[in-house]
Amino acid sequence: MIAFIIKRLLVAIPVLLILIIGTFVLMYTAPGSPFASERGVPPAVLANLEAQYGLDQPFFVQIWRYVVGIVTQFDFGPSFIYRDQDVNDLIGQGFPVTLTYGFWSFVVAVLVGGTLGILAAVRHNTWLDYLAVGVSIGAQVLPNFVLAPILVLVFTLWLGWLPGGGWQGGQWQFIILPVIALSTSFMASIARISRASMLEVLTSNFIRTARAKGLPMRRVIFRHALKPALLPVISYLGPAFVGMITGSVVIDIYFSTGGIGQFFVASALNRDYGVMMGITVLLGALTIFFNLLVDILYAWIDPKIRY
Amino acid sequence: MLATKAIADDLATAAPIKGRSLWADARARFFRNRAAVAGLVVLVLVTAFALIGPFIAPWNYEDIDWNVLGNVAEAGRPSLETGHWFGTDALGRDLFARTVQGTQVSLMVGVVGALISVIVGTLYGAIAGYYGGRLDNIMMRIVDVLMSIPYMFVLILLLVVFGRSMLMLFIGIGLISWLDMARIARGQTLTLRGKEFVEAAVATGVAPFRIILRHIIPNLLGVVIVYATLLVPSMIIYESFISFLGLGVQEPLTSWGALINDGAAEMNNGTLWMLLAPLFFFVVTLFGFFFVGDGLRDALDPKDR
Amino acid sequence: MTRLSALFTSTILACAISVPAAAQNTHPVTGEPLAEDQTFQYRLLDQFPSIDPQLIEETAGGHVARQIFEGLLTQNADGTLRPGVAEEWSSEDNQTWVFTLREDARWSNGEPVTAQDFVFAWQRAADPATASEYAWYVELSQIRNAAAAIAGEVGPEELGVRAIDDRTLEVTLSQPLPYFPQMTVHYTFMPTHQATVEAHGADWTRPENIVSNGAYVLDEIAVNEFFRLVPNTEYWGAEDVIITEVTGLVINDANQALTRFQAGEFDMMDDLPAGSYPRLEADMPDVAHSVPRLCSYYYTVNQSESGHEALQDPRVRTALSYAINRNVITDQVLQAGQAPAFSFTHWATAGFELPEIDYATWTQEERMARAMELMEEAGYGPDNPIELNLIYNTSENHRQIATVISQMWRPLGVTTVLNNFEWQSYLEIRGNQNFDVARSAWCGDYNEASTFLDLLTSNNANNDGKYANDEVDRLMAESVALADPQPIYTQVEQILAEDMAILPIYHYTQNFVLDPSIRNWAMQNTENNWYVRDIYRVAAE
Repeated sequence: MIAFIIKRLLVAIPVLLILIIGTFVLMYTAPGSPFASERGVPPAVLANLEAQYGLDQPFFVQIWRYVVGIVTQFDFGPSFIYRDQDVNDLIGQGFPVTLTYGFWSFVVAVLVGGTLGILAAVRHNTWLDYLAVGVSIGAQVLPNFVLAPILVLVFTLWLGWLPGGGWQGGQWQFIILPVIALSTSFMASIARISRASMLEVLTSNFIRTARAKGLPMRRVIFRHALKPALLPVISYLGPAFVGMITGSVVIDIYFSTGGIGQFFVASALNRDYGVMMGITVLLGALTIFFNLLVDILYAWIDPKIRY
Repeated sequence: MLATKAIADDLATAAPIKGRSLWADARARFFRNRAAVAGLVVLVLVTAFALIGPFIAPWNYEDIDWNVLGNVAEAGRPSLETGHWFGTDALGRDLFARTVQGTQVSLMVGVVGALISVIVGTLYGAIAGYYGGRLDNIMMRIVDVLMSIPYMFVLILLLVVFGRSMLMLFIGIGLISWLDMARIARGQTLTLRGKEFVEAAVATGVAPFRIILRHIIPNLLGVVIVYATLLVPSMIIYESFISFLGLGVQEPLTSWGALINDGAAEMNNGTLWMLLAPLFFFVVTLFGFFFVGDGLRDALDPKDR
Repeated sequence: MTRLSALFTSTILACAISVPAAAQNTHPVTGEPLAEDQTFQYRLLDQFPSIDPQLIEETAGGHVARQIFEGLLTQNADGTLRPGVAEEWSSEDNQTWVFTLREDARWSNGEPVTAQDFVFAWQRAADPATASEYAWYVELSQIRNAAAAIAGEVGPEELGVRAIDDRTLEVTLSQPLPYFPQMTVHYTFMPTHQATVEAHGADWTRPENIVSNGAYVLDEIAVNEFFRLVPNTEYWGAEDVIITEVTGLVINDANQALTRFQAGEFDMMDDLPAGSYPRLEADMPDVAHSVPRLCSYYYTVNQSESGHEALQDPRVRTALSYAINRNVITDQVLQAGQAPAFSFTHWATAGFELPEIDYATWTQEERMARAMELMEEAGYGPDNPIELNLIYNTSENHRQIATVISQMWRPLGVTTVLNNFEWQSYLEIRGNQNFDVARSAWCGDYNEASTFLDLLTSNNANNDGKYANDEVDRLMAESVALADPQPIYTQVEQILAEDMAILPIYHYTQNFVLDPSIRNWAMQNTENNWYVRDIYRVAAE
């Protein structure tokens, strides 16, 4: 197991390098520049801007400097658009935000979705089952950019219970609506997956044996059926993680949380090379790490899997 | 039971028992699943809507109704007299025609995207799974590497760099999901490779590529079809996210994502039909794909429930 | 008097004296009862890239700069000039200007604001090493050696501005400019504290480092989320500042912002959702406002070789302009009080007189008929159709207007291909003349017609349509020297209308919603320059 982890971590390094180079190349080919302005920048000023940000250097020099900066000092460079800020500052502000509501969304999605799915499977073909299936498909299909404004309409304007946006350092009132908006579709997916897998497990032989032996249903579910039923859910967690990062863009835009999802999209559209590279590297590293975590979890649950 | 002579005679003269193929079995199981059939019916109806709609709509999708413009909350309501059966959008263009056109675009993006995904992924996975060994290792490592990239952001970059066209949209969206498909195809191929008929083909000297094309892939089809039906909804959802960012199809063309976005923006103005019409088709179609996909999976699964 | 009554009387006297000090809750000038809560919150569409005055290049940063920094002059609610740091200003020939600074102007760290601070700031703006995207504004102000300094030919210390002493600033222009004082209101000319900038470099605008001289200082900022300002106790006018806290909330989505405004989360927002104004005006008439704003919306026509050849014929351009039914756009699409435009310069520009433009008075049927005739004369029409490539940047309003106009051009035999790009790509494409027609807008940098008309001179960097007319160039060059250039401006507009240099569409209004308890908002300021130190909140009735 340890060898496996080390091997994966070692592979991560070239992966990140490829990621950096690939994103750099794409950015290079994009039309437009971060310094384009409707008012026309004088050539001498433009030359200075480019020199300040190192854009006048040849392509390979730029990449080299960038990679060295990251590896030796963990410094992702200045932001090309927010001239008062560094990329480290922006990521340092935005990442904890996304992490917080992302984490809670995950917890909610897994707990609520998993419970719903398992309940539906245990009460198969009852009204609870049909309700769960209907609700989960509906929730999976409702886009979160429709759900977010509806939530604000209901909870901020009509009921006045919760603020409609902002983050204010992460107080609980500001976390609730983003978490609901983000977790809903994943909760639905997890509900469907856990229901299907639990149904499969419940009809398998070893469960039938357990029940034939007279074990109470509760014991059967928790001690015997749960672990294997969760396997597909766990392998779904990897794609769910990537999906949540994407979904966080909508959350950031609608709820003005200052998270990194929005920074990324804005930086792509504004050609803020520094921020874009920084966030790409960060997210790439996170995804690799998370996938590794999922694989370890998988091995822990399924004793047949050996790395 | 005692075999009486009567029964024995019956048996002799009865028609030979026709064996049922796997596909016929699956089809029977599928049609027994009410939810799946309902889903199929819905999909057929929506496709019919997309194909026939342009011919029956009194308005086309880009003409502005000058009488409605400026007074949309009142004059733009759904009504039979004005010919705006679904009402109009914020610019006074007929919503029925635009929903039809949006359905065409979204279905195309979904289906073509899923198709690209399936073709690329299946071939890739089958090749990796069949050859095994080092080639498999390398190919799957590459898949793992690519899976670490947040694909949506690459798509945004692609759209910004290469411009926004339908082709770019198809390719970009299609390239998002082939990785999962590759993994599944590879897994199935590994199982199939051990089967006797493949051994036989190898023994008789059939070229590897022919084996892959003629023996492996047709047997993958079951799983692939199921997965593809479940891919289409995610393609459509991705496309709506791209429209939300303002990078989707160009005006005057539209898609469900763009229509839903516009409708959601107008929610406060008392013009709910702008949101409900495209949202209804969006939700209903995705429901349909999900039920059909689930039904197919149940039908093709050899384990009896 | 008994001891008891003496005690009683003195107690009453004591109360009478202390009460006014404790309850300062009526406005000192108007006497209106003030609310307990004197905070002001407003919404921004997008996070501003910077609040360093020499690096700011867009309006959101400008609004913040106006609260935390103060330039030589500021503006009254009606847009007229008001003393800022400078108490007096004068010039004999409109070429050399002398500004006398007030004694009690202070930075937020207590140091006095001197003329040297302005010299430092202005030189910094012109220094190519600062790489200010608004350096062209310094050039525009005609300060001597500005162009050379920006181009790097001379050092920034050669700029025509010097501090005669701590309280006197002398500015030398390369040619007379009667409206130079108006130009000093702009944020690029605001002073910056040299020691702070040199000590902290790019970090000097952080809340823990920043030193500013306006009515407020920056207290906290979270990018893409919010920022907060608190009063600057060292400000010379601090006693008259009533609002105790300013908060800006960044909310990208206009509908979301409107919902939150209606829930009472903040007091003011502009950039309203497209098409929402009529409903807001009807439902909340004392909350929704529409006031003139010094910007014009128009379509740039590519008259260079890379555009469609038909566009080089003024008859075709004129036909395109005639076919646009501007009333439909202002009354049915925008619906927020905008005025149709037949000239480039905004009608509300100070001193500006519109020329007589014939087609402004015709009916739309007459215009359309004449447009069809012109197209035929030029050799085009439904039997010889044209395909035009129209570009616009991502925005609901631009999309709607482009769609409507493309329909209006159809009877002329013109097919319009609509192309929407996000801002960066759009600027690049437009700057490279890769279009036939481009949606454009221009806002005045100061309240005088030349801020618009200079754009259409042939060598102006922002003249993306490459319109060139020697007469216009000559007249605009002449106008700088005149005491009263208005007749020339009118003449230039006449020529532009005859050539149909651009396709004017409408003149902007500033549409916003404002909580009715906020008073003294600068409603008549067409440049949308508002100062929080002037406003206050009255108590609810």
